[in-house]
Amino acid sequence: MKYEILPWLILFLPLLSVAVITLFTLRSKTTSSLISIGAVVAGFVLSIIFIGANGFHPAVMEISKNWLTIGDLQIDFGLKLDALSLMMLLIVTGVGGAIHIYSYGYMRDDEGFSRFFAELSLFTFSMLGIVLANNFIEMFIFWELVGVSSYLLIGFWFEKPSAGDAAKKAFIVNRLGDFGFLLGILMIWGILGSLNFGELQNGMASNATALGTMATIAGLLIFCGAVGKSAQFPLHVWLPDAMEGPTPVSALIHAATMVAAGVYMLCRILFLLNADALHVIAYIGGFTSLLAALIAVQQNDIKRIIAYSTLSQLGYMVMAVGLNGPTPAMFHLTTHAFFKALLFLSAGSVIIGMHHEQDIWHMGNLRKKMPITFWTFLIGALALSGIPPFAGFYSKDSILAQALEQKSYLLFTVAVFVAGLTAFYTFRLFFVVFSGKEKSEHASHAHESPLVMTLPLVALAIFAAVGGFIGITNNYGSQFAADHETLSFAQQLIEPLHAPIAMFIGIAVALAGIYLAFSLYKNATSDPLPAKLGVLATWMKNKFYFDELYEATFVRAHDFIAAVCDWIDRWLVEGFCIGLVRGGTDLTGRALRLVQTGNLQTYAFLFVLGVALVLYFVLK
Amino acid sequence: MHVGLEHYLTVSFLLFALGLLGVIMRRNLLVIYMSLELMLNAANLALVAFSRFNDKLDGQVLVFFIITVAAAEVSVGLALIVALYRRRQSAHVEDLTSMKL
Repeated sequence: MKYEILPWLILFLPLLSVAVITLFTLRSKTTSSLISIGAVVAGFVLSIIFIGANGFHPAVMEISKNWLTIGDLQIDFGLKLDALSLMMLLIVTGVGGAIHIYSYGYMRDDEGFSRFFAELSLFTFSMLGIVLANNFIEMFIFWELVGVSSYLLIGFWFEKPSAGDAAKKAFIVNRLGDFGFLLGILMIWGILGSLNFGELQNGMASNATALGTMATIAGLLIFCGAVGKSAQFPLHVWLPDAMEGPTPVSALIHAATMVAAGVYMLCRILFLLNADALHVIAYIGGFTSLLAALIAVQQNDIKRIIAYSTLSQLGYMVMAVGLNGPTPAMFHLTTHAFFKALLFLSAGSVIIGMHHEQDIWHMGNLRKKMPITFWTFLIGALALSGIPPFAGFYSKDSILAQALEQKSYLLFTVAVFVAGLTAFYTFRLFFVVFSGKEKSEHASHAHESPLVMTLPLVALAIFAAVGGFIGITNNYGSQFAADHETLSFAQQLIEPLHAPIAMFIGIAVALAGIYLAFSLYKNATSDPLPAKLGVLATWMKNKFYFDELYEATFVRAHDFIAAVCDWIDRWLVEGFCIGLVRGGTDLTGRALRLVQTGNLQTYAFLFVLGVALVLYFVLK
Repeated sequence: MHVGLEHYLTVSFLLFALGLLGVIMRRNLLVIYMSLELMLNAANLALVAFSRFNDKLDGQVLVFFIITVAAAEVSVGLALIVALYRRRQSAHVEDLTSMKL
């Protein structure tokens, strides 16, 4: 294998950038940002060079160094290099690079500019670690690192209490999932005796029932990790709140990469999941996508709508994994990274143009004022809605086709319904923001963003437009199926025709959704839906009261346990045990202090008394 | 009347007790100092008496050392008292309680 050093460089350049920025260049904004952008762009270029030299299936799939050995547990620090990780490498560094450059424009007036770029680089490093990890322990370490850097980035404006709370919420909810993940890892190690993905895969291939009766439980425990990171029901509540972070963060972490980590992990360890586990995964994914899509319909914050849409699309991907379709899942993950990052960044451009206004009902008619943003957003919206020939159409269609192929008609219906809803809420957002009348003073004075922000938009827009037929499925297909045949460019273009029912239904509901949004919101100045839907709209608007439900049950129960622990700590440990020792020492000290009169002659007297006592006892 | 070891030791004990009483009771540093010397000399007397009655010279040798050390100690001690007096304008022990917190 050529250029073996490159993957190491790609992984560690961002870490180097974190070190340099935090240690040396925190004062210099431009230098810091250039170092950080340089690290991720260099990673992108090096990835292309590496793939150019070795192809998507390198001769050596794994390079690893022994990290530590405890008894018969040997943990490697290694890099897994196959089509799956190399594609993810391109996405993380490519989309990440565009977002880094965009951040240079978006964050330019911020106090913590250098800190922001250091944290972005830390995140990039952690994410690359997840992608390249060749064993469970290494992946788990980077998994947690991603959690930490996401915590830092969500709470970037920590002086706002809401941002601090959101950061904590994201971290704690993620930890809940990670707890299950860790249990799953331990279980796998306990039963199979290995943590290396390659070895596990070989082991499972030679003995498919190696996990025995624990197979379903182990699979679901590992899935817990994905539920946390990819924000699936019931741990979905952190993602919308995470929108408190700066918009580039939302684009990078909560659209393109971090939330995709769960789906990526499931695809990486797909061989460990048995049919029952996959079944549960598919239904949780489907339910999440439906739930989130319903909530998105009645949100009014531009970023929150996109956040719920992300939840919904993640549900789609998880559902695809559960339907035993890793290729469609990863395909959708990739195109979603393009168009969702694009939508977030366009939304960021709108927010900057509107002077930090995020309520869509204060916008309107931005088409003329922000032409580039308008076009890029439109492309993103069309891709998200699944209109041919944009990227989202191909990936969404492959998931629908997978559902049909697996004869899972319930999930197929859900997916179709969600596709319609997706088109509806996306274009609701689009029409309210970009057409109609200006609904506030700011909207009339909005302005287009600078070139450093619009260029990444255009780059992402190109990929969101053509991502469906540039060979992405070929790479993933060759990873997951040995007999996968490589499709030519033209074959990819007409690939959806293999499942015409899925394709025509998909296009039909998308168009219906767009038409409905057009007729309801083209010139609307307020939302007409609540009047029509009644109670349902209130439930959607309040996110089906999940936050309140968790508040009333888990948070309250947790508070109660915490109060009991606090009481025990305060009165039993602190008051009784420690208090006794402390009080005793204190009392003795006070008594002995009386002896210290400071009078020379008293000391002399006591001294003599002491001598007399000693003499008495010695001579007795 | 025959003067034996007991008599010497009794005198020595009385001298020592007087000196100790002086150290404990008197207020003036100089007097305390003199009392200390008294205690040293009481010890000297006892040593010489033991030496005489046991027919050994070790005790007398020790006395010479004590006299030498006492002389050195007096010179240092008096110098300290003078210095203290110059600083505090007093040589009374009740004024010297700065060791107490």
